Amino acid sequence: MLTVPIEIQILFAGILFLIGLVGLLVRRNMIFMLMSIEIMFNSAGLVFIIAGNHLKQPDGQVMFIFILAVTAVEVAIALALILQVYHHYKTLDSDAINKLKD
Amino acid sequence: MTIYIALIPAIPLLGFLVLALFGSTLNRKVVGYIGAGSVGLAALLTFIAGAHFIKSLPLVRSYSVVLWEWINAGNLKADISFSLDSLSLVFCFVITFVGFLIHVYSIEFMANDEGFSRFFAYMNLFVGSMLILVMADNILLLYLGWEGVGLCSYLLIGFWYKKPENGYAARKAFIITRIGDTAMIIGIFILFLSFGTLNINELMQQVSVKWTAGSSIAVLTAALLLGGALGKSAQLPLQTWLPDAMAGPSPVSALIHAATMVTAGVYLIARTHVLFSLAPIVMTAIAVIGALTLLISGFSALTQHDLKRILAYSTISQIGYMFLALGIGAWSAAVFHFMIHAFFKALLFLAAGIVILVLNEEHDIFRMGGLRKKLPAVFWTFLIGSASLSALPLITAGFYSKDQILWYAFSSESGNSLLWIAGIIGAFLTALYSFRMVFIVFFGETKTNPSFMPGKQMTVPIIILAVLSVVGGFVELPASIGNIHLFSNLVGNTLPPAVVRETGHSEIMLMSFSAIIVLAGIYLAYMAYLRKPDLSESFNHSRINKFFEKGWGFDTLYDTLVVKPVVWLSGIDKNDVFDWMNIGIARLTLLANNLLSITQNGKLRWYLMSFTIGIVLILTYMICR
Amino acid sequence: MNLFFYIAAVVALISTIMAISGRNAIHSLLYLILSLLAVSVIFYLLDAPFIAALEVIIYAGAIMVLFIFVTMMLNIGVEKRTEKKWLNPRMWIIPSVLTAILLIDFILALKIIHVSPPDNNVILPKQVGISLFSTYLLAVEIAAILLMAGVIGAYHLGSQKKKVTHRFLEKK
Repeated sequence: MLTVPIEIQILFAGILFLIGLVGLLVRRNMIFMLMSIEIMFNSAGLVFIIAGNHLKQPDGQVMFIFILAVTAVEVAIALALILQVYHHYKTLDSDAINKLKD
Repeated sequence: MTIYIALIPAIPLLGFLVLALFGSTLNRKVVGYIGAGSVGLAALLTFIAGAHFIKSLPLVRSYSVVLWEWINAGNLKADISFSLDSLSLVFCFVITFVGFLIHVYSIEFMANDEGFSRFFAYMNLFVGSMLILVMADNILLLYLGWEGVGLCSYLLIGFWYKKPENGYAARKAFIITRIGDTAMIIGIFILFLSFGTLNINELMQQVSVKWTAGSSIAVLTAALLLGGALGKSAQLPLQTWLPDAMAGPSPVSALIHAATMVTAGVYLIARTHVLFSLAPIVMTAIAVIGALTLLISGFSALTQHDLKRILAYSTISQIGYMFLALGIGAWSAAVFHFMIHAFFKALLFLAAGIVILVLNEEHDIFRMGGLRKKLPAVFWTFLIGSASLSALPLITAGFYSKDQILWYAFSSESGNSLLWIAGIIGAFLTALYSFRMVFIVFFGETKTNPSFMPGKQMTVPIIILAVLSVVGGFVELPASIGNIHLFSNLVGNTLPPAVVRETGHSEIMLMSFSAIIVLAGIYLAYMAYLRKPDLSESFNHSRINKFFEKGWGFDTLYDTLVVKPVVWLSGIDKNDVFDWMNIGIARLTLLANNLLSITQNGKLRWYLMSFTIGIVLILTYMICR
Repeated sequence: MNLFFYIAAVVALISTIMAISGRNAIHSLLYLILSLLAVSVIFYLLDAPFIAALEVIIYAGAIMVLFIFVTMMLNIGVEKRTEKKWLNPRMWIIPSVLTAILLIDFILALKIIHVSPPDNNVILPKQVGISLFSTYLLAVEIAAILLMAGVIGAYHLGSQKKKVTHRFLEKK
């Protein structure tokens, strides 16, 4: 039985999320940005499992399965888009894609 | 019966409405019928009404009909009501009859123009407004007609709007007459404030009762109304617009700037003669202005090259005669001269229009010549018209009308020999320039050949007008010759007769003197322009010739005194407060746009950063509460 | 048991930090796989063994492998110079500050919110399966459709169409 206080568990998930956020803000390479997004997804799923364990309900794990499915789809499509961008712009710099402005 | 007089202005206005709405879809023939037919119908009605009126004299002095209430606001009441008395009858007759002839002429004159229906619509509107003006029972309705004819003058002068100079000429005419109109409306305000009524007859009654002769308010009001008359009738100092108004088609010049609109001032003064009689200073001013104008424009007409400009200056000069007559109290003489002048001036303008048209828009008289054999009908009618203009003794109507004015100028109570001398010099000049015109255009060798002959619709009206220019004078023969006073008897029902004082000279003597002067002028024109042209050559190139030709420098005077300062001031005032506010709003919006568009720089990480900042702010706010 | 949790947590944190601050893409991805494995251990400790297995199989095994394939296809491992240029220390300041503020907010929030004490039951994977296919059946179907849409979308977006220009324009 795990007796770590619930606050510490959630804090841990939160710190993981914030690390992902920092990575998203700092990196310019699109692959890295996508990776940071993955970290954030993962930490969100972790919170669900923690809550499900705390409240003794299976819904937390069910939710995590759905998050997993969504993450998979999102990664697939995002990578396809990054491929297209790379073939058009010949670079993976996210600052290079700034045509949608005034 | 009296309701029918309201149809006289209504039918041309109806014609205008039909042509304005449907003119572009109608066939040209139909447009011509409607345009000329409406004025012809009005002429017919005028004849019938006039016959009735003359039959019922002297019992009935005027017919009046009130159509409907126009304005009724507190003290201000004005109705749409018309009245026909002998003065209006004379004016209506001239407007409708001469107008009808000119409309028939225009059917052929404007036959190849693309604005055919627009032309007739404007002409009908003009005839309608002029009829409202002369038949109006209250002074506000008169002013409505006054403004209406001003508008139509603008529209018709600038009829060929594709050339910018025509637009400038039309604007110049409108602005200068506007100055006069403003003076007139202030005069109307004073009259209304003093008496509380707008009906002309009531006003004249009250004026004669309440205001004393020579009082400052009477002088002021009369002077203001005179200002309006000066603008419309192109007298000094507002005469500069008429020569430029010749940019319009010839029928327009004939109708508006010879026969009718420019005589609106004469009508106004004759209609309100009671008021003017109470201000002797203003009457003297009218006479002096008339005398000066006729001299100045007579000299200018002598030096012009453009055929229509000669006729324009001649019109200004002849209206000067009418004003001279009004100023000395010879009311019926002025109206008589108006009628005869309408006949021969319209004739001259129409004939000049034919000449210009068949010579392919050639206006310079020194490039015409020898048209006597080529255009015989035009030549004979033009000759008759010029003879009437010069007041050729005994056989032309112009002689009788102009001579009556000269006689009264000499012998009337407020007449003066100086005015008579001015009139005599004017008669000499008139004969000189009109026969200069005839000799240069119709005699000598042909410089430009006519490209086609005019048709019936153009020649029949001018023949009718030529006949009238000869026999029209026989309704008023002086006492020493035939003693027929049909005209003055008719008009005398509304206008008082001129008072004659005893002078040492008889009428016959003065008449023969003026006849000799006229013949001398014709002879001088014959010698200087036909037999020995080199006599006039040195004059043609002299400096004083140039001065006269530019209208005695009035245009440049007004340009430097008025136009340039106003343009300069408006240039300074270009960016005034309201402009600044409008532009300020636009600039502010642009500035905000530029500021806000910085936040949209297309960079992904910038957007992410703004998300994060937002989240931080919201969460901090929520925690700290 | 708690000790395992703390060790796994520390491993996950360190490997995640290494993942986002690396220069080489492949190295970062491998660190991320390590982080996922640590999180999987935590899942197992939280009475969710099935989920721990799923995490390894799908997340670390499929998604991250997809990442690695694409990274290798785009050949960005060799661009270490650009990565160095883009990743100067100055860039880290503002995000770190903001994230620190968020962390403080997070801790404060946790202090404020009251959490009820846990029960004593254990959740079996069987329960999860029954719940998945009875209560959440519709969501499962929708997830299936989403996956199909993802497949089709990825296929279309990933294909390279040859650009066809008219022969007159080609001469330029």
